[in-house]
Amino acid sequence: MSRRDTRPLPVLLLAAGAVLVAICVTSLLLGAGEIGPLDALQVLLGGGSAEAAFVVTELRLPRTLIGLTVGVALGAAGALMQTLARNPLAEPGLLGVSAGSSFAVTLALLAGASAATLTVHVAQLGALIGCLLVLAAARIQGVGNDPIRLVLAGATLTGLLMSLMSLLLMLDQRSADEIRFWIIGSLAGRDPATLYAVLPSLLLALVLVLLIARPLAALALGERVAQGLGHHPGRVRLLAVMAVALLVGAATAVAGPIIFVGLVVPFIARALAGPDIRRTLWLCLPLGPVLLIAADILARLLVAPAELPLGVLTALVGAPVLLLLIRGRRLPTL
Amino acid sequence: MNAVPPNLDAAAPAGLSPLEARELVVAHGERVIIDGLELQLPRGRVTAIVGPNGCGKSTLLNALARVLAPRGGSILLDGQDIHRLPARQVARQLALLPQDTAAPEGMTVADLVRFGRQPHQSWLSQWSREDQRAVQRAIRAADLEGMEQRVLDELSGGQRQRAWIAMAVAQSTPTLLLDEPTSALDLGHQIEVFELIRHLACRHGKSIAMVVHDLASACRYADRLIAMREGRIIAQGAPADIMTPALVEQLYGVQCEILPDPATGAPLLVNLRRRRQRRVTAAGTEPPDCVRSPAGYRPPPQAPDRA
Repeated sequence: MSRRDTRPLPVLLLAAGAVLVAICVTSLLLGAGEIGPLDALQVLLGGGSAEAAFVVTELRLPRTLIGLTVGVALGAAGALMQTLARNPLAEPGLLGVSAGSSFAVTLALLAGASAATLTVHVAQLGALIGCLLVLAAARIQGVGNDPIRLVLAGATLTGLLMSLMSLLLMLDQRSADEIRFWIIGSLAGRDPATLYAVLPSLLLALVLVLLIARPLAALALGERVAQGLGHHPGRVRLLAVMAVALLVGAATAVAGPIIFVGLVVPFIARALAGPDIRRTLWLCLPLGPVLLIAADILARLLVAPAELPLGVLTALVGAPVLLLLIRGRRLPTL
Repeated sequence: MNAVPPNLDAAAPAGLSPLEARELVVAHGERVIIDGLELQLPRGRVTAIVGPNGCGKSTLLNALARVLAPRGGSILLDGQDIHRLPARQVARQLALLPQDTAAPEGMTVADLVRFGRQPHQSWLSQWSREDQRAVQRAIRAADLEGMEQRVLDELSGGQRQRAWIAMAVAQSTPTLLLDEPTSALDLGHQIEVFELIRHLACRHGKSIAMVVHDLASACRYADRLIAMREGRIIAQGAPADIMTPALVEQLYGVQCEILPDPATGAPLLVNLRRRRQRRVTAAGTEPPDCVRSPAGYRPPPQAPDRA
């Protein structure tokens, strides 16, 4: 007789929070450059050389903060999308939402924009359009969301947008380098000012999520069941899509497209907290940055003194995870 | 538990039908599925909706549950037009259990049953004592005590379906709508679920309408049958009153004889066979009847051994 191990949510959140703090400190201590952990520790304790202080506070701190924000956004967006699609493979990077966002930013950069504040909203608009396109494509010829159809539609959309972006890059050599750097997701060399620009949208997304948490959880039992419980699935789904667009757009504007984080984080959260979105979502908030910052630390150390772009690392790690998930005896159903 | 269980959930004036359809027309796109249907659900009874595939019985149930919007006519929930009521208020008076339900992996019985309280919760009142009590009542009614923390995927089909019904019961509505509650269950689990449904009507006073595929079960467990064909009701009433060979033939194109169940008096359908033309071979004899033979099957005489 198997019972689910019901760990109380606060305990899980505290544990995940403690890991997050540890990861953040590690992120401040370790780097690809010459400043070692001991030098960095001295800075954290209030001493250290001027050079070390510069590296820690001007380079590693913003980078860690960006990792924190992007991790929160991608983890939450992944959890929302998986519940929305009732599909454990739904992920912003796979479903064309990140690609839509990137495409919009590419267009904006080509048009000559470079201001951080502009790209945030452009990226969110692109994410929203990507979201709606993929949901619409999945709904053609049928009622309800077919998980397989959704993933196929997302893959198609991503492929289309990626080739269009390659085409645009060929057309304009001037901004090609800037875009090429941006299009590989990374936490390094990003403008910390974009962080302030995206914070309001993250808060707005959080409020939206709080409003729809309960009906969203019911939607995981199926459309009809949710209707029977007095909810409006269409309305809830639309609000959830908006929250996803806000989150993914914000993350993409700050760090470029980073795939697989939104896939892996909710997967771990579900394994720890069970299937209810009202539990997994809160756990995704600390787990997202834990994973992202840990990956970023690895990206710094693996080929030091050079750095691996984070987007490449998450893809290298995430792709085998996805294949294992698909190959597994059975996919977890949502 | 010696006392009669209080009829906590079904407080409504007697007499008035809890759910009725007037001149109901439902269509999927251009195709009219239900055309001018009149229906009054009896209070505190089990009503089974039966009919051949595609006769519109699930469509009717979904229209009654406010999931499908009718093209014409109206559905009255306690005398009020269901489409003028807010969804949440409807969910406090009417619970729906759709067909082919699936819960996320790892969900427990208690997790599932708690969902039934959502129509009663709001931003201001999150989880009240009354919610807790209603969940416990529902779990007790569905005979799932001690299984609250079990994971749904690991229960038997019958237990899992009882958990889903418990979720609908936790909604504390006077009326329950069930869409093929026993499809994909084996005989033992079907009986388990039907007995729970009887129990809910009889002991808890719920008015229940269910779509049932199996005519025999409908006759056995329903107080009232609604027989549908091509979007219309062609007969309704107590099973013993309306179940005739002519009705069965009209519904399914099947010939049968009907006997009263010696134990319960419910109509039993026997000697079922498809309507068919008599064929006579050229020699003037009837070909052997392959369908009827199993009942009186005798092995053919053994061919002599090739010694």
